Amino acid sequence: MAKRQKMSSIKLADISENYLFILPAVIIFAIFYIYPFIDIINLSLHEWKGIGPKVFVGLRNFKELMSDKIWWKSIWNATYITLWALTFQNVLAFMLALACDREIRFKKFYRVVFFIPPVLSQVVVGLIWRWILNAGKQDGQYIGLLNHLLDSIGLHHLTNDWLSDPATALTCIAIVHCWMGFGWGFIMLLAGLQTIDKQLYEAAKVDGASSWSTFWNVTIPMMVPVILVVVILTVLGSMQAFILVLSMVGQGLVHHTDVPVTRILGAMQGTKEFGYACAMGVNFAIILIAVSALMKMGSNKLKQA
Amino acid sequence: MKKIIALVLLVVMAVVGCFFWGCGKKPVNTNEILIWHWMTDRHQAFETLAQQYSEQTGVAIKIQLFAPPDTYSQRITASAQANTLPDIFGILDKKEIFADFIKYGLVADLTDEYKKDDGAWEQAMFPKALEVNRFTADNIYDVKPGIYGVPIDVTNIQMLYNKDLLEKAGVKEVPRTFDQFLAAVKKLNSVGISGLVSGWGEIWLADAFASNYAFNIMGEQKIMDTYQGKVPYTDPDWLKVFRVFKTLSEAGAFAEGVVTKPNKEAEQDFALGRAAFAYNGSWCVNVYHDMNPDLNYSAMLPPKMNPDRPMKIWGGAGSSFVVNEQSAKKEQAIAFLKWLSAEKQQAYLARETRNLPANRKALAAIPEVLSDFAKVMDNTTHPTIWKYNELPKVTEAFDKGLQSIVIGEKTPKQVAEEVQKVKEREMEKQRNRQ
Repeated sequence: MAKRQKMSSIKLADISENYLFILPAVIIFAIFYIYPFIDIINLSLHEWKGIGPKVFVGLRNFKELMSDKIWWKSIWNATYITLWALTFQNVLAFMLALACDREIRFKKFYRVVFFIPPVLSQVVVGLIWRWILNAGKQDGQYIGLLNHLLDSIGLHHLTNDWLSDPATALTCIAIVHCWMGFGWGFIMLLAGLQTIDKQLYEAAKVDGASSWSTFWNVTIPMMVPVILVVVILTVLGSMQAFILVLSMVGQGLVHHTDVPVTRILGAMQGTKEFGYACAMGVNFAIILIAVSALMKMGSNKLKQA
Repeated sequence: MKKIIALVLLVVMAVVGCFFWGCGKKPVNTNEILIWHWMTDRHQAFETLAQQYSEQTGVAIKIQLFAPPDTYSQRITASAQANTLPDIFGILDKKEIFADFIKYGLVADLTDEYKKDDGAWEQAMFPKALEVNRFTADNIYDVKPGIYGVPIDVTNIQMLYNKDLLEKAGVKEVPRTFDQFLAAVKKLNSVGISGLVSGWGEIWLADAFASNYAFNIMGEQKIMDTYQGKVPYTDPDWLKVFRVFKTLSEAGAFAEGVVTKPNKEAEQDFALGRAAFAYNGSWCVNVYHDMNPDLNYSAMLPPKMNPDRPMKIWGGAGSSFVVNEQSAKKEQAIAFLKWLSAEKQQAYLARETRNLPANRKALAAIPEVLSDFAKVMDNTTHPTIWKYNELPKVTEAFDKGLQSIVIGEKTPKQVAEEVQKVKEREMEKQRNRQ
């Protein structure tokens, strides 16, 4: 009996010790993450101008949000940028990672060059691309590099006001976003490629497998976990992109370039609808959590397969 | 085991203690007046003046800059919630929010100070500059009538023209009417010069331009009636306002990319001679001087559409400070602002920062181009002094509609109908809330 009591007190002490060790992290997490999150949910149920009393309005902000066409358009715009990033950006990153994984000259130089765009400030990148896509003229010459280039090679009919044309503005932003983001994917995919055991490739070679067959049956299956991480990070990063949008098209071209975060910012800074902005934030968080959960389920199935 | 638990507890207490200690108010120098501002271009001049004031009076002034204005505004709102506002600060929001600050006891009423010595302080200022800080007896915000802020400078938004480019295109006279403006644009375009550039990527500037023409076409009363819901946006006069944008767009008057252009880029375009006209505020004098000191330009009112009504432009107090009602150093803070808005200090600020002074007596110190802006201060108006303001979502629909017209996506009629639809929906929402 005494022995059992002694055992349980040792176990209790062990458990308390464990909890005590994680307590500082829990406190910091609660103050900086859980409290703001709960407060945002609370604010989303109120009408508030940022100062003065909060008026409880229940789910009214969410009800209004459901019929807010501009909000849903901004979600679609972010999805459009994400689709570009998932395809163009990640395919490019994978191709370049495959190239740099081989024995080629200046391999280290390419690695550095490809990683430059992601480490640049989004504001700087946005402004540089604004200059490249500038449609203005001075003394009859295009100021923007792209139009200047098109004009000088005889493709004047292709010159355009890229960022003020609803048909091209969002695509331009998406492409610049991909240009900025492919470096991250490149580094992660390259790291993944380098962990693949080279013996697998040698075995495939001995078996007489073609390059395509080796890629499809060796590289891709071994890269699935890394690809999934890259896909999840791409989705979360692209859906929340907004600095690039602000620096390239200011407060937006009508609603063609609105993304969820610029709508949330507009509601907080422009119209001072803090409650509505928080409702947007909660709604957006739910969407992102749902998408992440779906991808997680998909990845589990893929791993099982 | 005990040692480990004691160590962990110590760490927890240290972390929590540091956090709460960090969150608490910093020790305050009781003799120091703390000012928060957002004016990057004026920071150095403020520092110099603060130093002078400290030497003259022994009162220390600490000036802290938080830019850009959006960040500053967020900081002020957060500090108001936490009751940690400095002794002197600015409110960059619309009048409704300014009124809230007053109602919650965060802004001091300066009326008695302005009235002292037979109203000497009040009379020294441009009346338009004070209007932004004044709440009249019939204000709709339920604020006690009075003056609650101190203007540091005045500003207005006009059109600028590049004299050399107009001459190059053979435009002999500065256009005064809309038709003359269109004719000038035609000549400019024929020699490859862009017409009007402005930073409408910051959409309030397009809103201001439309507002100028609304005042010129229909006058203030009808605009206020529209905001109250008595006149629809589909009214022929509003259609005329929307058509101004269509006409200018079809005539090739706008520089390429005007709808998404940040104002800084538009300023660069005008300063470097890429466009003959600009629509910009009086702060541009300082900006253009830095970008191209040799720029040969002048200011003009936007060309009239309706010759029978005046062209009203946005203007008034450019930047204003208020005093924290809860500050223990309220009296010293007011004394400093009185000193800062006096003739000598205002002349110094005008010289150093090329902004229009709020003190009329300091006008002699301003550069020639700025005097073009000063001359039309009587023609200014601003949403913050209007009796009614449009609902935010209607303003958004209106401004985005202007963009749609400029890029040729929608017609003025379509935009007018869409704005009216939003107006009706928002008014319905307001009625339901009441």
